Amino acid sequence: MGLKTFPGGIHPHDNKSFSKDKKIETMPLPEKIVIPLSQHIGAPSKPIVKVGDEVLAGQRIAEAGGFVSIPMHSSISGKVTKLDKFRHPTGTLVQGIEITSDGEDKWIELIDDSNYMELISKDMKDRIADAGICGMGGAGFPTHVKLSPPKGKTIDTIILNGVECEPYLTADYRIMLEQAEDIISGLKILMKIVDAKNGVVGIEANKPDAIKLFKTMLKNDKNIKVVGLHLKYPQGAEKQLIYAATKRKVPNKGGLPMDVNVVVQNVGTAIAVYEAVRYKKPLIERVITVSGKIVKNPKNIKARIGTFYSDLLEFCGGTTEDIGKIISGGPMMGFAIPSLETPMTKGSSGLILFDKKEAHKEKEDVCLRCGRCVDVCPLNLVPSLIAHHVRNDDWDSAEKFGVMDCMKCGSCAYVCPSHIKLIQWIDIGKIKVNEKRTNNT
Amino acid sequence: MNDVFAVSAAPHIKQRISVSSVMWQVVLALTPALLVGIFFFGIQSLFLTLYAVIAAVTTEALIQKFRKVPITISDGSAVVTGILIAFNINSSSPWWLPVIGAVFAIAIGKQIFGGLGFNIFNPALLGRAFMVASWPTLTTAGWKATTPMSNLFQSSINGLRNLPSNVPDVITSATPLGVVKALRDTTQISSDMANTVMDNLTSMNTLQDLFWGNIGGVIGEVSAAALLIGAAFLAWKHIIEWRIPISYIGTVFILIYMFGGINGMFSASILLPIFHILSGGLILGAFFMATDMVTSPVTKRGRLIFGMGCGIITVVIRLIGGYPEGVSYSILFMNMVVPLIDRYTVPKPFGQIKRV
Repeated sequence: MGLKTFPGGIHPHDNKSFSKDKKIETMPLPEKIVIPLSQHIGAPSKPIVKVGDEVLAGQRIAEAGGFVSIPMHSSISGKVTKLDKFRHPTGTLVQGIEITSDGEDKWIELIDDSNYMELISKDMKDRIADAGICGMGGAGFPTHVKLSPPKGKTIDTIILNGVECEPYLTADYRIMLEQAEDIISGLKILMKIVDAKNGVVGIEANKPDAIKLFKTMLKNDKNIKVVGLHLKYPQGAEKQLIYAATKRKVPNKGGLPMDVNVVVQNVGTAIAVYEAVRYKKPLIERVITVSGKIVKNPKNIKARIGTFYSDLLEFCGGTTEDIGKIISGGPMMGFAIPSLETPMTKGSSGLILFDKKEAHKEKEDVCLRCGRCVDVCPLNLVPSLIAHHVRNDDWDSAEKFGVMDCMKCGSCAYVCPSHIKLIQWIDIGKIKVNEKRTNNT
Repeated sequence: MNDVFAVSAAPHIKQRISVSSVMWQVVLALTPALLVGIFFFGIQSLFLTLYAVIAAVTTEALIQKFRKVPITISDGSAVVTGILIAFNINSSSPWWLPVIGAVFAIAIGKQIFGGLGFNIFNPALLGRAFMVASWPTLTTAGWKATTPMSNLFQSSINGLRNLPSNVPDVITSATPLGVVKALRDTTQISSDMANTVMDNLTSMNTLQDLFWGNIGGVIGEVSAAALLIGAAFLAWKHIIEWRIPISYIGTVFILIYMFGGINGMFSASILLPIFHILSGGLILGAFFMATDMVTSPVTKRGRLIFGMGCGIITVVIRLIGGYPEGVSYSILFMNMVVPLIDRYTVPKPFGQIKRV
């Protein structure tokens, strides 16, 4: 099997064995959920319910706040009990809607449009926008926006991202094994919407059964390729995946996949797309991996959006030792959050728990100029140099050496023998350069 | 919920590697060469190495105490410097030579710039340059081949014994590179004679001796094989990277092949470059000194340029300079231009748009 990849990258231990053979389990209905109004990149959604309103599962409770935004839906039936600021999986506090369950799980009416492939592109896109779908791999870009290239840009290839290169996470792996048909239907819808001739499913080599399954299922679809990819982090990063699958390089300085005629969607998003177009089902549930050495029963859980991490952990039997760190997402790019009283969002792919020892942090040493960060940077940057300029408040030089190009994959910080918090410095640099740009305009 | 959870920027997992693990692995990689040195030159080599290490570590601790900064002698970097200092002297040196070399290396080569990570020059090489300049007779001249096994090499230059008495003595007791130098510089040897010596030097016997260590020389440079074992270990552990040593040695190979012969361009046998690579400090320098993280470029292209620069200067010194050996000066010189190299070799970011 000719595996493909990108230059640079690292090989962390993937730690997927905790949960990779656990079938997806459906989480019992939580008593209470919180739907944050910012689960995506773009304007926050605007609430259209007030405290005391009765809502159904799937009922719209917030409108999109603009074109680059998505509507929100209640994921359970019950009563709106609070409109307030709640903890968000990125660690900040954002506006959210709290809904207390009536325990009955009454849904809005769904349809079953078996002729969904006959729909015109615009209708399909409207159903996706109405369902409130954003990228489910983590970044959370509104899907209908990704599928609306500006005039003059054409899309010839849709790439489905089944790489899941973050250690610990196995949610995408499980849905690929258990819902392969839905994923493929979703891919065909996506291809039809943007009139793309080619489809690609990119899967990392540590999931050979998923690669085999998709190859078998797609053997009659000549225009859809299954691409096996080297086991290397960050193979699932958008630009790296596109390069590995098509040899096209997305331009830096804010270039988008559509600049090279490609749209990338996560496999989970493909399922949401399929369900939205065929059943008009809004995105109110997803699969999330709860894992870590100290989790009693690591699981892949299908849970309603807005379910608290504390409920998910309880469903996994809690932990065997004291928790040292709570990570929302994967351990390379996820966020360390201060509380389990945080609701999962449409982009929540994992909840990882570390014990006190794993949470230990080393002291920063001086840079040895060893160049390991340069060797692994998949974007060909010089991370140590950028960090150096940020440390010296030299934002212009940081910008010149590509601080804004960095996607914060964390490979450099992972290999640094001096334990320099490269991503933290780069993050500060990004904020400062943005401030500078805003002030200049 | 009174638990306090750690909150930090990503990534939350980290490779098991630290400054001290890097340095101690370098120490481990230097051990085979040290053992071979002890085997060929006797236990004195071990003592000299210990003096150098103790002097280096003590100097580092004292200066850090004086500067009121944390004492970091356990990171192993001073130990590496000490060993490399000892590797650069010969086993018959007096005890104070490595001590002075090590004190100079740490004090002037490293701490004066602010300590590890800030020094411009490789401290051990600066220490060596200081020793060579101050006590040339103790360090470069009069290399002693202390074991009978070294006679193999001696016999290969026996042809020189019948030379006129005014031929410099240095030839008969010199290191292989000293012989080559003398052959190039003197006009008193007939070209037939010179060719014979050259052939002897590049014979398989001599090359094998150079590789395994049956030659006179300084403690650490004696066996290419032992150094290569250490280098392979470091490469396997991703502590050194191929670009600098390979471009360095490759450049030396090509240039010596082109210009190394005594009868004009391309007159050298293909074995002459191999002789040059195995002789002197090239293997030690290319794998353990030029690759010093602090004093070499961080960019990939920069490392290639750095290695090539070292190679060019080494060959220039060996063939037309005043010394038989040029490794240490070439690396020291290239150390100076590292900031310049880094500045002009910043890589093009992935997906860089061509300027219109």
